[in-house]
Amino acid sequence: MKVLAEAHTAHARHGPAVERASVLLQVAHATKVFDVSPPWLARMLGREPRVLLHAVEDVSFDIRRGETLGLVGESGCGKSTVARLIVGLYRLTAGTITYDGVDIRSFASGRGHRSLRRKLQMIFQDPYASLNPRWRVADIIAEPIRAQRLLRGRAAMRARIDELLLQVGLSPADGHKYPHQFSGGQRQRISIARALASEAEFLACDEPTSALDVSVQAQVLNLMRDLQRRLGLTYLFISHNLAVVHHVADRVGVMYLGRIVELADKRTLFANPRHPYTRMLLDAIPDIAMSGKPRTPVAGEVPNPLSPPTGCAFHPRCPLANERCTRETPVLRGEGRGPQGEYETLVACHAVEEGRVPAREGRIPV
Amino acid sequence: MTRALLEVEHLRVEFPTRRGVLVAVDDVSFTIAHGEVLGVVGESGAGKSLTGAAIIGLLEPPGRIAAGEILLDGERIDRLPHEAMRRIRGRRIGAIFQDPLASLDPLFSIGQQLVETIRTHLPMSDAQARKRAVELLQEVGIPAAARRIDHYPHQFSGGMRQRVVIALALAANPQLIIADEPTTALDVSIQAQIITLLKRLCRDHGTAVMLVTHDMGVIAETADRVAVMYAGRIVETGPVADVINAPKHPYTVGLMGSIPSIAADRERLVQIDGSMPRLTAIPSGCPFHPRCPRVFDRCVDERPDLLDAGTSRAACWLHAAVTA
Repeated sequence: MKVLAEAHTAHARHGPAVERASVLLQVAHATKVFDVSPPWLARMLGREPRVLLHAVEDVSFDIRRGETLGLVGESGCGKSTVARLIVGLYRLTAGTITYDGVDIRSFASGRGHRSLRRKLQMIFQDPYASLNPRWRVADIIAEPIRAQRLLRGRAAMRARIDELLLQVGLSPADGHKYPHQFSGGQRQRISIARALASEAEFLACDEPTSALDVSVQAQVLNLMRDLQRRLGLTYLFISHNLAVVHHVADRVGVMYLGRIVELADKRTLFANPRHPYTRMLLDAIPDIAMSGKPRTPVAGEVPNPLSPPTGCAFHPRCPLANERCTRETPVLRGEGRGPQGEYETLVACHAVEEGRVPAREGRIPV
Repeated sequence: MTRALLEVEHLRVEFPTRRGVLVAVDDVSFTIAHGEVLGVVGESGAGKSLTGAAIIGLLEPPGRIAAGEILLDGERIDRLPHEAMRRIRGRRIGAIFQDPLASLDPLFSIGQQLVETIRTHLPMSDAQARKRAVELLQEVGIPAAARRIDHYPHQFSGGMRQRVVIALALAANPQLIIADEPTTALDVSIQAQIITLLKRLCRDHGTAVMLVTHDMGVIAETADRVAVMYAGRIVETGPVADVINAPKHPYTVGLMGSIPSIAADRERLVQIDGSMPRLTAIPSGCPFHPRCPRVFDRCVDERPDLLDAGTSRAACWLHAAVTA
């Protein structure tokens, strides 16, 4: 499977030749296990074992300064957990995450690194739940500035809030209003303004437009792109919608049941998906261009993460699974070579490694 | 020419409130032929779900049909007494809603719910109804149906529950199914399964479908014709390929352009500024005029009806010159 020598070399950003200097965020072997056991007494009485949920399992990736990494996957694949680990809402069970070369665990203790923490902010899916309904918009945006003591004096604060509101396409007069006076799209703009208030450089965006109508989604996606250009922001963009990820991301990681199964430059991933799950996801996108090609929905559903299948978690749904897949968990391996010898894509699949994956007729011209 | 299965004429749905009457569906007319799939698409607040609810007589009070007619097979069903409407609902018009968990009773096994539905509408014994229930579950692709029939809704996954809801909707072999966002709560891979299933079943049974959704992709894959709604009105209607590939109303043009696509590498998405008007403040004339990039004087004062625009019809004054 070492075919396809297309000239996407400038985009092939992984493999051994990654420039260390430009990596802003590095996630290495991140693992998050939740203990979802019944309470201790119930467990003792019922002689039930501990129940552990492996939400994220050995996930590694880099995000370079100024780029957007998209993470896609279905509900329960662990993509939101990854975002929460990065911004520090959850603590890692194992592995490391470094931001600008500094381990994020030192943000809490090391004095010198405290100022780094505010550089990582998060945008949540539901703009109705993530803004305090009792606070005026100006106070919501001012909170991180006050908490971090970034500015002194009323006038300076006012000026900064007005600037932030304008930056996200609202007017300074909106600062006096309450969240309920805004539509979903405008509320998401307020969330973005709040994230930018602490002079963030990195935004973990967890399904930021999934609750919005398409025309409003377009407004927010355009705004995010403009802000990225203007302020040099770096995004981790999480979505279940592949078309949205295709629009915003430079590189894309596909997650299934806690693991990254494929990670590649956007063009490579969409033009030449290798992992059977990635192919399935691409085939599942409704065909708006109505090319008339019948889609073949893959049977089955995501298994219960409390009792994941052995070996490759995708094997019960995979048309190419064999005995090895049921036994051995595949790890991410480089596939395909660009002209400089760098890997085109990283795939965790035995079938790909063994060359058992048939060539794919490209439904989607990229 | 044979008569359409469903005819909706000048439907108006109102909500009386203390601060005046809100018009949520305003002068909406369309037809659905036997076995046809009509997609009704629009953003939140466009009135698409209320139109569906009005047809099956499930408008929540104080919402009410204030004007217009709804005819099923030539027979008015919008003024029927409660009991008569109950017999039509389920028997002649089935319904599928977005949240399958809300459509199923958690205290009864799915077999009990299916048998009850079948026996309400069809003259069958318990044993016959149960046999039919198993067949229905097999038809909607539930593995080991004979065993699963005695399970309760919480024992099914989201996709499987939606299959059960489809089985319930099909239980009495209705002529029309109103499917309101049937795949919105599901993951993409499951969504593809459900759409394929719904399409196949309706083709096999000759069932017409009114498919209400915000997702143009689902419409493109499923519908024969499409009606685009905005602020309680139909702004464009036509064959699905024409509306998607050559939209005639500026709102549809914007809507299509705002959808991210894998086929196209676009730097920016088309952006319709502003948002859908609230029911309390629907603009005069064409309700889209404050957001329309091609607005002119007439749009502000005069409300456009659906005008011929090629193979489609669009409620837009830009097409007035062609018809005049």
